[in-house]
Amino acid sequence: MLEKNNPKAWLYLLPALIFMIVFMVYPIIDVFVYSVEEGYNFVSQRSSGFGLYNFSYVLHDTYFLQAVKNTFIMVIITVPISTGFALLIALALNSITKLRELFQTVYFLPYVTNTLAVGLVFMVLFKKTAYSDGLVNLLINFFGGESVDFIDGPYWAKMFVMCFYIIWIVLPFKVLLLTSALASVNKMYYNAAKVDGTGSFRIFMKITLPMISPTIFYLVITGFIGAFKEYSDAVALFGTDLNAAGMNTIVGYVYDMLYGDSGGYPSFASAAAIILFTIVLTITCINLLVSKKHVYYT
Amino acid sequence: MMDNKEKIIQAEKKDKKKKIIKNVLIYSFLAAWGLMVLFPFYWMVLTSFKSYASYNGEKIPRFYVTDPTFSNFTNAFSQVPLGRYLLNTFIFTVVTTAVMVIVVTLAAFAFSRLEFKGRNLLFTVFLSMMMIPSELIVITNFVTITNADMRNTFQGLILPSVMSVFYVYLLRENFSQVPDQLYYAAKVDGTSDLKYLFRVMLPICRPTVVTIIILKVIECWNSYVWPRLITDDKNFYLVSNGIQEIRQNGFGRENIPAMMAAVVVISLPLIILFLVFRRQIMAGVSRGGTKG
Repeated sequence: MLEKNNPKAWLYLLPALIFMIVFMVYPIIDVFVYSVEEGYNFVSQRSSGFGLYNFSYVLHDTYFLQAVKNTFIMVIITVPISTGFALLIALALNSITKLRELFQTVYFLPYVTNTLAVGLVFMVLFKKTAYSDGLVNLLINFFGGESVDFIDGPYWAKMFVMCFYIIWIVLPFKVLLLTSALASVNKMYYNAAKVDGTGSFRIFMKITLPMISPTIFYLVITGFIGAFKEYSDAVALFGTDLNAAGMNTIVGYVYDMLYGDSGGYPSFASAAAIILFTIVLTITCINLLVSKKHVYYT
Repeated sequence: MMDNKEKIIQAEKKDKKKKIIKNVLIYSFLAAWGLMVLFPFYWMVLTSFKSYASYNGEKIPRFYVTDPTFSNFTNAFSQVPLGRYLLNTFIFTVVTTAVMVIVVTLAAFAFSRLEFKGRNLLFTVFLSMMMIPSELIVITNFVTITNADMRNTFQGLILPSVMSVFYVYLLRENFSQVPDQLYYAAKVDGTSDLKYLFRVMLPICRPTVVTIIILKVIECWNSYVWPRLITDDKNFYLVSNGIQEIRQNGFGRENIPAMMAAVVVISLPLIILFLVFRRQIMAGVSRGGTKG
């Protein structure tokens, strides 16, 4: 029989517990302590007192406000477009049989690539240099437009590349999940609808969409969370000095405060990180509330 | 009678035509996006084979190479320490993944097969750890590792990257599906728990273990934030930081073809891994991956 209380179990758990306590539990508590320690000095490891000064500093920092603005724009643009477009691709994939595997494999490729490396390729494609305007600009010229410097140029040009790259990067995951959700809808429903002579748009609205709504909402929620944590993709396109490029994100601000040219302020970093997660938590709760109303769980 | 039959044939023809048009539209849409996905890869491979002079001589870039050269690849290994970056990343990936598999397996085994007081409570605590965003814990970990004098060391890179709570959950689910009878039989034979775990449980749950390993390898190979925070000595850079370093002050001047060669070298291992383990990776990601 199973021993009711096996003390050896703790031996098996020990490594995991040590890693978890040292690198997860203690840090999550500590980050709150840091965020209220005023005037914390990294070298002497002393602070001058406790209070909410760090939060007020961060909230009044123009770099932080710029980062918040950038992040919100990225979220608002990329989450709906990437989810909608992924649904479109998944529907198309689901309606074909030939070459389907091939398309699925190709579409998944960006997921396994190093974002820093491929970002460099995007930079080359969009960048305007002394030698050449870059491929994208040549394309724009071909259609009669003027060249734009997408990497060092106007704000909206940079934002466009940023969002385009984010969508390119996040699409594989969404397409994969939506394709398997669509494939798992019971064919019986479609056949019944066909017998009734239901139009294809109506079938989509009344059968397909409700059946895959849990996956869609899962993607929307994780999409929001992921987009709010946007950082590496921005570095890939605009380099490490995101403040100078005016393209910093909230997570980027946290890391800049912690380390780098403007770094050495774990207290400010903690305050900014906590503000970020208050935002993310709020949005996620709103998402969950909305999903309760609209998601159909079988 | 004739009239009706003709009508039906005509309607069928019309239907067929509609279907063909629909198929053409769908396939061209899919192909268009496929091109969009593949184009950056094509462009990086193409550019990496162009010589510096010919690349900069092309005001309108060519879509083919006239005189392919390997010099960019040799430059990537000789002018910047790309080999060093690759070796570092390889060591980091292998050690982190190996330690993670051991730690996760032992924990999942305890949670699924051994009885002890407070098991369910502890498991709930474990699960709640999944919700902790890495951005919050990175700050203290940075301070911890810095104070422990582990900046620019492999320990500093690896230790905080090991634990993945989600994989404990995934593996425990799989372990729980293994019939109890096997365990009792092993116990009767006097097999130790550890032996049972490695001889019976792990072989049965191999697909899940493989999935976990592959996902972790991808994560390690592409990790950027933690290595950037904890290393400023080039000798300990991983590929992500390496490519950033190459971009900022790599080849002296803006040598795009050489940069693209470095990008190709860095991307290749994971692309090969993906093509070999395509099914496992896609199945694994749809079960437990999050990104985007």
